[in-house]
Amino acid sequence: MDEHHSHEPAVELPPTRRKVYTWLIHGTMSLIGAALAVPAAIYLLFPPKTRKEAEWVETADLASLPVGTPTEISFQRNRVDGWKVISEKATAWVVKGADGQVTAFTPNCTHLGCAYHWDDPSHTFVCPCHTSSFSIDGKVLAGPAPRPLDRYMVKIESGKLEIGPPEAHA
Amino acid sequence: MRKIIDWVEHRTGLETAIKNFLYEDIPASSGWHQIIGSTAVFFFVIQVFTGGLLAFNYAPTPGDSYNSVKYIITALTGGKLIRGLHHWGASMMLIIVVLHMLQVFLYGAYKKPREATWMVGCVLLLIVLVFGLTGYLLPWDNRAYWGTVVTTQITGMAPVLGPYMQRLMGAESGVSVVTFSRFYALHTILLPPLVMILIGIHIYLVRKHGVAPAVDDTAPRRKFFPEQVFKDTVGVAIAFIILFTMAVVADVPLGRLADPTDTAYIPRPEWYFLFLFQTLKFFKGPLEVIGAVVLPGVAVGVLFLVPFIDRGPMIRLGKRTFAFTFAILGILAWTGLTTAAIATTPPNPEENEAAVTEGTGGVQAWQKLPPPELEGLGYFRKQNCVACHPGAGKKGIGPDLTEMPAEHRNAAWLNPHFKNPSSVVPGSSMPPVTLNDAALNSLSAFVLKLTPQNEAGLMSAPDFAVQGAMVYQANKCNACHQINGVGQKLGPALDGVGLRHDRAWLEKHFADPQGTSPGTIMPAYKLNATDLDNLCKYLLQLPKAGG
Repeated sequence: MDEHHSHEPAVELPPTRRKVYTWLIHGTMSLIGAALAVPAAIYLLFPPKTRKEAEWVETADLASLPVGTPTEISFQRNRVDGWKVISEKATAWVVKGADGQVTAFTPNCTHLGCAYHWDDPSHTFVCPCHTSSFSIDGKVLAGPAPRPLDRYMVKIESGKLEIGPPEAHA
Repeated sequence: MRKIIDWVEHRTGLETAIKNFLYEDIPASSGWHQIIGSTAVFFFVIQVFTGGLLAFNYAPTPGDSYNSVKYIITALTGGKLIRGLHHWGASMMLIIVVLHMLQVFLYGAYKKPREATWMVGCVLLLIVLVFGLTGYLLPWDNRAYWGTVVTTQITGMAPVLGPYMQRLMGAESGVSVVTFSRFYALHTILLPPLVMILIGIHIYLVRKHGVAPAVDDTAPRRKFFPEQVFKDTVGVAIAFIILFTMAVVADVPLGRLADPTDTAYIPRPEWYFLFLFQTLKFFKGPLEVIGAVVLPGVAVGVLFLVPFIDRGPMIRLGKRTFAFTFAILGILAWTGLTTAAIATTPPNPEENEAAVTEGTGGVQAWQKLPPPELEGLGYFRKQNCVACHPGAGKKGIGPDLTEMPAEHRNAAWLNPHFKNPSSVVPGSSMPPVTLNDAALNSLSAFVLKLTPQNEAGLMSAPDFAVQGAMVYQANKCNACHQINGVGQKLGPALDGVGLRHDRAWLEKHFADPQGTSPGTIMPAYKLNATDLDNLCKYLLQLPKAGG
């Protein structure tokens, strides 16, 4: 924009050369954009490759659990969270049947994750958020919950209840 | 499509704005030599893009930052590539900016009325350097930590301002967590928008004065788009291909976690600062300030004032002998200093562990450790304990382990604490140590050994010794042998075994005990090459009993 240079109009390229140049510019830039966007999408969307070691935590004495009444137990477990392993308190609703079989439900309603509780008079699990209710074996009785209560893997080792990772829900 | 464009154009005038930008008149003499500036802008965009992606998975606190970088490059698909792009992009950015500057310098394109453009460019160059300096610390490995220690010390040398600048960096008593946060804030919050603004001003000034034409350029002017834009695109594409190849092929190292007690580590700055580092060596004692601050200061000052020093009219490129001589001398000096710095850099113990073996000083504290405790040091390193427990007299997130209260000084307290920190110390932010009981016992044994006096000596144990002790423990050698008073006496004690046998004998002994010691009850051990190497090196370093 120097004054001494604006004396005559700038020369234009012939239309075909213009077209070729424009096409090449757009093509190259698109390729570069893709070479950046694809790795970025993979980086953000692929799940992290964390070694999932199933951790079993010893919790309550089997004998101390009442038969037929759900009990909320809490235990300490380690969880991989991003680049950290954190030790946290976790809870489970444990039901011991007459046959000694134990089921451990994860403590969150399958609807939106609120903490439900056992309502003894009605003999159901009741979620305070949207009044979903579940039977003692976790089946949905009422409300918006889309599936039965989720469960932890359990095993019994020398009279102690051991709780593992949550089961994959159907 | 046309309709949408028209709609937007009618409301924002965007199309006209872009067209005005692209259909700018440029001199007929413009061409390939002017593509570097656009490439620099493109690289800034790449750095912002990849930097943002890294920030999505980065924990900006010392210790955690290291773990999160490790997470990015090991757990995340493509994480290594993104970090590679950012790391090599930073280096290439500097090269491109310097090339751009060199082109402008050689052509004399900074002359009146373009002095301001040049000076804004100089500021941008300095900011690129500050980007490199601050980004260097963020992975928080040994390289980052020790490199920054040197940088902050040099800053402290500046006359008058030095101590204040050091305080501003939170580095009065060495690199601290405060330094880290300030570097992070500069690198990610303050500098990027500043660079955007300056690039804006720089381009505005280029547009205001027009691209500098050659001296005898009287041919009709041309449009910036599409011919010159195409040339710029070629430059961008070539640079990008180089960058991408580097990011794929060349691994960006992540060393050991920053360890302020690691006295063996030899700090080195990033390659483009090596020449400064080398210059420093020529100035000893009270003169050091000249190499550290005065010379670089003068150089930057001269660079800024180039348009006022060289005030003559534009002359042909071929006649700018002085500029050429100056540039060539500069490049030669830089290359010479950098090569000298590389040539005189001894390898770091991390890269060459055997080097430690040859040094025969006194017996180090670690050499007196029984194998289980040395094994414990191995777990201490593997679990990055040093991230929060940096050592005596240093501030860390966790307490100083050499000054543990007496009631904690036993495995019965430590082991449950390792397994589940917050159950023993409520509110503890320490992550649990996921090791089996035997390993925890070793870790406890090691931690209990720590005192403020022996800490440095213990922590300096070379990696081969620690690994060797771990192999020794894993193979239960202690069931028959004794080292430093620990283990059974079925076989000979191994203290000072290096005085009796050599490496070849040891290797043969492990593979075929009967061959070296007929009648021995020792079984043969098949160790893999690394384990065998570490074990032999470790055993050969064992001092005589009582020695």
